[in-house]
Amino acid sequence: MVGNFRDELGKSFIAAGEEFPSLAVVTADVSKSTRSIEFKKRWPERFFSVGIAEANAVSIAAGIASFGHPVVFTAYGVFATEKPFEQIRNTICYPNLNVKIIATHGGISVGEDGATHQAIEDIAVMRSLPNMKVIVAADPGEVKAAVFEAIRTPGPVYVRLGRSVGGCIHEVPDHVAYEIGKAERLRAGNDVTVIAAGIMVEQSLYAADLLEKQGVSAEVINVRSVKPIDTEMITGSAEKTGAIVTAEDHNCCGGLFGVVAEAAALSVPVPIEYVALQDMFGESGNGKELLDKYGLNAKNICKKALRVIERKRKGDANYAVK
Amino acid sequence: MLSNESKQDLAEIATQLRRDVIEMTYHAQSGHPGGSCSLADIMAYLYFYRMQYDTQKPKDMGRDRLVLSKGHAAPVWYAALAEAGFFEREEMLYLRKAGHLLQGHPCVHIPGVDATTGSLGFGLSIAVGMALAAKMDKLDVKVHAIVGDGEQGEGQIWEAAMAAPNLHLDNLTVILDRNRYQNDGETEEIMPLEPLADKWRAFNWNVAEIDGHDFDQIDRAFALADGCKGKPTLIYANTVKGKGCSYMLNKPHLHYTPPTQEQYMSALSELEGSVWF
Repeated sequence: MVGNFRDELGKSFIAAGEEFPSLAVVTADVSKSTRSIEFKKRWPERFFSVGIAEANAVSIAAGIASFGHPVVFTAYGVFATEKPFEQIRNTICYPNLNVKIIATHGGISVGEDGATHQAIEDIAVMRSLPNMKVIVAADPGEVKAAVFEAIRTPGPVYVRLGRSVGGCIHEVPDHVAYEIGKAERLRAGNDVTVIAAGIMVEQSLYAADLLEKQGVSAEVINVRSVKPIDTEMITGSAEKTGAIVTAEDHNCCGGLFGVVAEAAALSVPVPIEYVALQDMFGESGNGKELLDKYGLNAKNICKKALRVIERKRKGDANYAVK
Repeated sequence: MLSNESKQDLAEIATQLRRDVIEMTYHAQSGHPGGSCSLADIMAYLYFYRMQYDTQKPKDMGRDRLVLSKGHAAPVWYAALAEAGFFEREEMLYLRKAGHLLQGHPCVHIPGVDATTGSLGFGLSIAVGMALAAKMDKLDVKVHAIVGDGEQGEGQIWEAAMAAPNLHLDNLTVILDRNRYQNDGETEEIMPLEPLADKWRAFNWNVAEIDGHDFDQIDRAFALADGCKGKPTLIYANTVKGKGCSYMLNKPHLHYTPPTQEQYMSALSELEGSVWF
């Protein structure tokens, strides 16, 4: 069993610094909380902290990348993606530079810091950018694999991590299979496909257990790569089960629900339900309590699964969501 | 110290760059001729006296870099790059035309362009990143950034202005094109910038104030930059928007206005040019 997202990120920075000798890391006064300080200790000459200036940090990362270095810019999700959004667009994505944005603090599970610090739109805004790829680590065990895959993939990549303890789905970190564009099928089933991102993957596995007790066979997919999405696995599964539930610690607009709905609409237009924030901001509180309060849990995934199966039975993909 | 012959050559090149700017923006019927003409002398000095580059190897890591943070002055940069031989002069005929090389604002797929710019406020930070990378890679590379005066309104300029001296980037020289006009009018009427050079001094830059159309002063400013160790230099270049084309002088509404046929003919005759091609 591995620890939390950020401690794994710290270890990953060290491993990546050894694996990629030209790697540079840029951050904005969050070297301790992103654990990039571990990289600074080993390679101070390749580490740049520019103070509380995310816009500057992103464009500086672009300048360093233009000299042929892979560069990681790391900060909290909101401040890594939304404060410097246009810098990411125009100085990284348009020239297609080799900059990786690795964000901690994804979702309302961030907890006590409250809505200002809870990135709930980051997946939507990052995936809207041409040239940008988006991956989400499901548990701390995936962090190193996600970081390495991002660095060895040319061009801009956004890596979304949770803040602390995340649902652990891998007893032993699985580094081999992590590939941009590929999802991971964690459980086979026939009645409904549950597609989840990040910490909601663990909840989806619990939901599948609960559904099994009710005689419902759920297939569970850890999406891993939101953009490009694994269309083959998702549409293949949807053809088999005829119903989809998405689950994400993110707003319902433009995130995983949107990605899956877009992919399904083009080839397998089955009914889809989602578990996500209902287009609203979070609040301060214990992360686990917030997830329950906002319905980001196994219980709600079960509820949505039963509802989408009912819609499938009625043969009505346009059934109005209550 | 520039010889009289060098000065004469640079002046001729600068006139050629201004002619190209007028031709380009006239044919495109779009673009920013005024803020391009204010930079023509500095651009001529950079590409035909100061910077080290090889047009046959435009991505050579050892080349000096230029970031045009005020990317809307692209026409004068393109004119310099064409004159230097990075691409064919004919490309200039197709500025801003679909399917052609020269975009409305600079982007890195154009040979000789080191950074994609156009959205104001980003270029100085990119140049800071380049200067950091050059030091990290132990490359003897000079990094230049050209920022506009209207662009000083962007907060990110000051984030980068704070960072560069603290990072001891003496391989970075910034040219501030102080032509005193921005899109909506005079800079001092829209959001006053003065005392502007003092702001940069307060941020611990080595500041040289010059007439941006005087090659001796330009040359001395860059010599000062090269001699300054441990911190970056800001060349505060007082310039005239539309310099060389009287029809544009003191006409703030012409910021983003291509020449009419009449203005085109008068500007070319003033610049002693014959009509292109």
